[in-house]
Amino acid sequence: MLGGTFHAAVLFLVAAGLQLVFGVQRILNLACGSFYALGAYLGVSAVTWALGAGLPAPLFVVVLIAAGLALAAIGPPVERILRTIYDRDESFQLLLTFALVLMFEDVIRFVWGTAPHQLGSVYLVYGQLRIGGSTVPVYNLVVIAAGGSIALGMGWLLTRTRFGRIVRATAENREMSEALGVDMTRVYRRVFTLGVALGTVGGALVIPATAATSEMGIELIVEAFAVVVIGGLGSMRGAAAGALIVGLLKAGAIAVWPEVEMLAVYVVVIAVLVLRPAGLFARAAA
Amino acid sequence: MARTAGGLAALAVLAAPWVAPPYHLTLLLPAFAYGIVLLGLNLLFGTTGLLSFGHALFVALGAYTAAALTTGLGVLHLEAILAAAAGAAALVAVPLGLLCVRYVKIYFGMLTLAFGMLFYSFLYKFYTLTGGDEGIRVLRPLLLGRAFGDLGKVEFLIGPFYYYALALLAVATLVMWRVVRSPFGLCLRAIRENPDKAAAVGVSVRRYRFYAFVIAAVFGAVGGALLAVPTGLADPLLAYWTHSGNLVFMLLLGGFDHFLGPLVGALVFILLQDTVMSLTAYWRFVFGAILAVVVIFFPRGLLGLLDPRAGRSA
Repeated sequence: MLGGTFHAAVLFLVAAGLQLVFGVQRILNLACGSFYALGAYLGVSAVTWALGAGLPAPLFVVVLIAAGLALAAIGPPVERILRTIYDRDESFQLLLTFALVLMFEDVIRFVWGTAPHQLGSVYLVYGQLRIGGSTVPVYNLVVIAAGGSIALGMGWLLTRTRFGRIVRATAENREMSEALGVDMTRVYRRVFTLGVALGTVGGALVIPATAATSEMGIELIVEAFAVVVIGGLGSMRGAAAGALIVGLLKAGAIAVWPEVEMLAVYVVVIAVLVLRPAGLFARAAA
Repeated sequence: MARTAGGLAALAVLAAPWVAPPYHLTLLLPAFAYGIVLLGLNLLFGTTGLLSFGHALFVALGAYTAAALTTGLGVLHLEAILAAAAGAAALVAVPLGLLCVRYVKIYFGMLTLAFGMLFYSFLYKFYTLTGGDEGIRVLRPLLLGRAFGDLGKVEFLIGPFYYYALALLAVATLVMWRVVRSPFGLCLRAIRENPDKAAAVGVSVRRYRFYAFVIAAVFGAVGGALLAVPTGLADPLLAYWTHSGNLVFMLLLGGFDHFLGPLVGALVFILLQDTVMSLTAYWRFVFGAILAVVVIFFPRGLLGLLDPRAGRSA
């Protein structure tokens, strides 16, 4: 149950990045899984380095988040590449992000090699809690709390700030906001970078619990897709609800019948696409 | 000019077994198989305008049909295997198609991706039925009832099987040519250009999309069965979404708005993959960069480059 929520918190971050970029730029970014993988690898390296430099172990979460945020620097250059095809058919946009997936996968192999990278030692630094007969690493609760606060923060950003209003206006009607004097290039660059940051932080947060592998990105992207389809494309609340559904569904399936873990997720995705193609939470904000 | 080039190319592949080294001939076999797969995929994408990100499902279905028949049931006649693959694909494509063609654009892409991954996780997880990640072996089939038992594995593949695959590719190309040039093909193009207008002049848009989906699936499975013979294995990665992505990549590389684009794309992709892989372990990066350049600068692919008609139709 809590394992599912932990997974959901990470999944939400990646899916939120996907949603944000799709909501504003209308690009379904396959590469957001790669950002997640990059975040995970850099997280491992950064924490290993920081611990070696004498950082007290309990502070490793700060290093992880910092590593994730620093990686968001790749946002603007990647956005620059995508900018060449904003006016093209969406098939081509999808393919260009697929090209990015291929490239990032090898960037990871080149920098970190093919062996999985692990960060086992700090996972239990905060100890474990006994809840209802099962033990839960406190770190999982930290990540769930972080996911929840980022979700609230995103909600605040999108509904209560000037930047959020501009983003929502752009998502609603690009030409109109441009006519009203919104600098589209800048909005796109910022939104995309924010989307990248959500993915990289998500990846960085997950690795104390699991090893970083070069395939983790292409595996996660399918789950993130499932989340956005279930929740509804472009909706933030949908991303949160979808992530919870997918996370709990997987955890439940693993407990009952492990073979159908992903099968169950795809069946739900297909059911949602067929019965309610707009998703369970049709577009609310951004 | 185009006709001369086409004739020369046909002559070259016919004569290849006498002049080319065996290694390169074995490379041509998957190119033939992918050629058939892509002819079908292009009916969906190039002709009808639907981008499938789950077409690898049918390739895997064909390969697993070949594996189940040869290893499981002892049926070794390749003709029977191909027919069974086509039948299985049609059987699966009917319900899937009925669901998928209700959507277009990004939703169609996502639904096909979800179905592809559904099949992948079935293949991967149901170990007793499918062999899990190890897959199932595909045994050497009989061609037109003959075993060619006196030939070694490579000799069989670059001899009789080479011509068998080539002949099948030729037949598939002719069939697809007839399909695309028929009134049916014209309707599909009308749907791609403007679905509303097509519907207004009486084209049943959904039904035609559905037909295109099923035909594409059959081509995919036949190509998949043919692909599994030289590799000798059907494994779950054939159904993985990145394989679907690569199929679309090949198509784009060759040129999706040209009838022969799929064949050129399959051939160039396979040869290029072999070359790049022998040069660097980071071939995915090179391929990603190539795909990016093709998408951004040459959306009409290699044949689009040769095409004297100006303007981009992307």
